[in-house]
Amino acid sequence: MLVKQISVFLENKSGRLAEVTKILGENEINISALSIADTTDFGILRLIVNNPEKAEAALKDNGFTVSCTSVIAIGVSDQPGGLSVALDILDKESIGIEYMYAFVGRPGDEAYVILRVEEPDRAIEVLTKKDIKVLSSSAVYEL
Amino acid sequence: MIWNKEAECLTRKEMEAVQLERLKDVVKRAYENVPFYKKRFDEIGLKPEHIVTLKDIEKIPFTTKNDLRDNYPYSLFAVPMKEIVRIHASSGTTGKPIVVGYTRRDMENWSESVARLIVAAGGSDEDIAQVVFGYGLFTGGFGLHYGLEKVGITVVPASSGNSERQMMLMQDFGATIIVGTPSYVLYLSEIAEEMGVKKGMHKLRLGLFGGEGHTPEMRAEIEKRWGILATENYGLSEIVGPGVSGECIHQCGMHINEDHYYPEIIESDSGNTLGYGQKGELVLTTLTKEGIPMLRYRTKDITILNPEQCKCGRTNVRMNKVLGRTDDMLIIRGVNVFPSQIESVLVGMEHIGPHYQIIVKKKGYMDDIEINVELIDGKMLERYSELEKLENEIRHKLKTVLQIDAKVKLVNPKTIERSVGKAKRVIDLRNQ
Repeated sequence: MLVKQISVFLENKSGRLAEVTKILGENEINISALSIADTTDFGILRLIVNNPEKAEAALKDNGFTVSCTSVIAIGVSDQPGGLSVALDILDKESIGIEYMYAFVGRPGDEAYVILRVEEPDRAIEVLTKKDIKVLSSSAVYEL
Repeated sequence: MIWNKEAECLTRKEMEAVQLERLKDVVKRAYENVPFYKKRFDEIGLKPEHIVTLKDIEKIPFTTKNDLRDNYPYSLFAVPMKEIVRIHASSGTTGKPIVVGYTRRDMENWSESVARLIVAAGGSDEDIAQVVFGYGLFTGGFGLHYGLEKVGITVVPASSGNSERQMMLMQDFGATIIVGTPSYVLYLSEIAEEMGVKKGMHKLRLGLFGGEGHTPEMRAEIEKRWGILATENYGLSEIVGPGVSGECIHQCGMHINEDHYYPEIIESDSGNTLGYGQKGELVLTTLTKEGIPMLRYRTKDITILNPEQCKCGRTNVRMNKVLGRTDDMLIIRGVNVFPSQIESVLVGMEHIGPHYQIIVKKKGYMDDIEINVELIDGKMLERYSELEKLENEIRHKLKTVLQIDAKVKLVNPKTIERSVGKAKRVIDLRNQ
């Protein structure tokens, strides 16, 4: 159920982000979710792609500092309070969320969210138990 | 005004007689009391008695900053420690500082040397001087302090920093002279402006600047902003600290106290002595120093010597403002910084690559140093705090070694320019 996420270090310099997307495009890698946060000096770009291994290798070959980690993807109902139900479960179980972000596109009446949590395996267990939809990695890569 | 006519207005012949007598004496003392010099002399079969004329100084091997480093801390001292009354230090090419020691008579000669340049610049016992150099191991603060006292000037040892307070003290205590690095005093003028302190609300009339060089444009700016005469003086810890030379009110070269510090100009690569008017590396020999005599010390500073008598009446040789360096030493906010020191911190650190670039800029009028390093370890990307921790760790280590705060910037791998020859480690944008 764990989904592979690519993190890319970007120094604050114009053209860096475009370079990343160009490399992915040339390698026919599709981005299904992304998030970028920055400080004044640098940023970290986080990506969910259809072929994480290939993306990691391509970016490394082009001189980027890259890491690959596991995150979970959940589907929640796309209506007020939808996300809160899932986060409430994690909070009650004292599972901390390091960061989260939403998908670029979403099919149907569900919203998909990527979560980076302290204990991913236990998070999947408690969420599934409470009927929150946890997406399989193959399902996510195909989005 | 001339502080010591007998030393500052000698004929060339008289000066040379004084220099030769003192040179013979210092060579003898160095040879007999410092194993380092004895070894150097013995290796080439040189004896103190071979120094018969001033020209014979050229037979003596050069001394360098590395020699001071290799003999850290006290091995070049020529007197027992109980004779030493003061220690100062400045940064060396590696983490260890360069250490110098002064006897009581050295302190006396040091104050005398500084007193001369203060009076040459127009200072007198009517003045009140605010010293905004940092006090401590750095020779700038104490060097000027003792010289000012010797002239009879009221000294306000404000030290550096706390700029608003500096402005308050300057107005309340009525300082007429300010002593510090040009960049800090320019910065202070910005603070003054912000505080609404205008010309006429302070009594400054004269600035004594040292610790770092400054361009003629920067001098003009300081003079305009403060409404003062800005004079430059020169020195280095290895020789004595400030007091080697200083400008008079005519601002046409720095008068060298050559009865204490014997100047030569050499061609840097060959080591051959050059004549007056020729540009080359300044080499200094301490003629009177007891604590740590320096024979033919290579300053790495490039300048030109001028023996013509000055309009002020002084006959001692003048040196041009320093035109550059033969090594890659940077002077940042008055502190000596070597790229090799930065390298020693960075190389071997986890998560980052061995390449780095040092960028020096002016932020307002202050020097600002930024160090770019390549982040090569992807493991750090999970948390921002990890990256910030890494930046802070590098910054802290640099501060320990350099004594100044440097900004650290993580950059993408392989973005720092590689070079097949000498790497361009330093980009100095201060004069642009």
